Amino acid sequence: MEWLQQLVNGISLGSIYALIALGYTMVYGIIKLINFAHGEVFMIGAFIGYFCIAGWGLGLFPALVIAMTSCAIIGVVIERIAYKRLRNATRIAVLITAIGVSLLIQNGVIYMRGAQPEAYPAVLANKSFDFLGVQISSQSILILSVSVGLMIILQFIVHKTKIGKAMRAVSYDSEAAKLMGINVDNTISATFAIGSALAGAAGVIFGIYYTKIDPLMGVIPGLKAFVAAVLGGIGIIPGAMVGGLVLGVVETFVSALGFSLWRDAAAFIILILILIFKPSGIFGKNTREKV
Amino acid sequence: MKKLKKSKQFWIFISSSIAAYAIVQALIMVGILDDFYINTIVFMSINIMLAVSLHLVIGITGQFSLGHAGFLAVGAYVSAIVTMKLNLPFPVAILAAGVMATIAGLIIGIPSLRLRGDYLAIATLGFAEIIRIIFLNIEYVGGAAGMQVDHLTNWTYTFICLFATIVIIVNFTNSRHGRACISIRENEIAADAMGINTTYYKVLAFAIGAFFAGIAGALYAHNFYIIQPVNFGFLKSIDILIYVVLGGLGSLSGAIVATILLTIVSTFLQSYPETRMIIYSLVLIIVMLYRPKGLMGTMEITDYFKLWRGSKGGSKHGQ
Repeated sequence: MEWLQQLVNGISLGSIYALIALGYTMVYGIIKLINFAHGEVFMIGAFIGYFCIAGWGLGLFPALVIAMTSCAIIGVVIERIAYKRLRNATRIAVLITAIGVSLLIQNGVIYMRGAQPEAYPAVLANKSFDFLGVQISSQSILILSVSVGLMIILQFIVHKTKIGKAMRAVSYDSEAAKLMGINVDNTISATFAIGSALAGAAGVIFGIYYTKIDPLMGVIPGLKAFVAAVLGGIGIIPGAMVGGLVLGVVETFVSALGFSLWRDAAAFIILILILIFKPSGIFGKNTREKV
Repeated sequence: MKKLKKSKQFWIFISSSIAAYAIVQALIMVGILDDFYINTIVFMSINIMLAVSLHLVIGITGQFSLGHAGFLAVGAYVSAIVTMKLNLPFPVAILAAGVMATIAGLIIGIPSLRLRGDYLAIATLGFAEIIRIIFLNIEYVGGAAGMQVDHLTNWTYTFICLFATIVIIVNFTNSRHGRACISIRENEIAADAMGINTTYYKVLAFAIGAFFAGIAGALYAHNFYIIQPVNFGFLKSIDILIYVVLGGLGSLSGAIVATILLTIVSTFLQSYPETRMIIYSLVLIIVMLYRPKGLMGTMEITDYFKLWRGSKGGSKHGQ
């Protein structure tokens, strides 16, 4: 039953990656930008959740909602200030701006509160349930239910609402969408808001699961979530979920086999293999570049 | 006429750089420059080498690589092994570092240069992280604790390497191969259609860039007393990238000027690391928002002289 236990751990970790990857994939799908600052939004979400729970004594769900709302606002502000001017600039310029924003947020947080880590308060009684001989902790259940719930809401937004329809239209062809009367700027802002809110939620549950947060925590999960997005096929929402789960499970098994120091390398090796053999990802279709 | 002017420019460059070397060397001998300044100058030169080698990949060939610190790490560790474990002389270590970094560049370049744009950036980032994690896990080179290295880098070695880097990369850029690389930067599909072997030139530029990054790594390692995998992370790649982008993508003198400025600024802000990074990132964002092509675009310093002379009545096209 050892492998089943690891599978449960892997899925818990993977659903955090999946939540962050959703933001990457949505933003990439709509403006073709690798939003390097996304990992930092995740970090800010974790800190806001921490202040809500430890500072104001709020419960978990109010903290989650506050973190998601504030991250959505931060995401929109970042987009409006840093990326909007660069709609028609070269890809390198936009990518470097994203890196700059990411460094600015990291070091801004370090400047304000120092680089020392913070211990996340325990909001859940640490119970564990025995299921088929597998110990499932209440935290794993919480992570899974929060992420599954958010993903269902996201699917609903994207497929059933007007703004979701606009998002799909803009990601398909933003020029044509503009001609059809869709407000492209607002749609892009909405995408950033939703993606950042998901990253904020991921930050809070990451804090609860790992019980330690620090201002540089966003870098590695951010990169891995990006790997997850590429793995599933960037720009494809179900792809990001599957990619995140696969990555989490692979990583947990690599550590379980005794190669825990190589865990981070595993993610990048997967990334490179995917990029070399199927650059469009698991769910992606191959498209030829037009001349 | 054009050829004559080019060669004149070349000799002016050679003589002025030798003069610069002599002046610094004389100041060191007399004792006006103390260790702090020597260190800053050496560090600046290493950064210039890194910036110029990355400039060849990003600025000239247009391949967005985010993994230059990986080659720096290969060079640093290989040279440290050659001097510390094999007890060979320093010049051999420099050469070995360059060669091994080239091999790493080929290993990384051949598979990943089929990718374009963002995907290439992410793949090179992934490769650099893998290189770092490999060094982190090899006990022979000290793992996370790092490796002790003797202080062997001095101004003479640094100058020779820097000089060679600039001369070779400038000549490469002005050669037939360099023009092929520039055509790839401007439009890869069109270059391909014109019969340029794009893969070959991309890999070539990548390998040359890696070679000089490896040499810079050798100097970098022997300028400190200890090297650790932490020094070669994602942030180091970003640092090098900032030099190139700030100066102007495609401008060699721009990259050099930006490197000199930023090294001086960061030396003075060394005691305030957070402030330094905040200023860094703000500068990066503002430059990108208002001058997406970098401070100097694709202009070189010599172009400004030409413009200045041109405005004084000489014909602009009279070369």
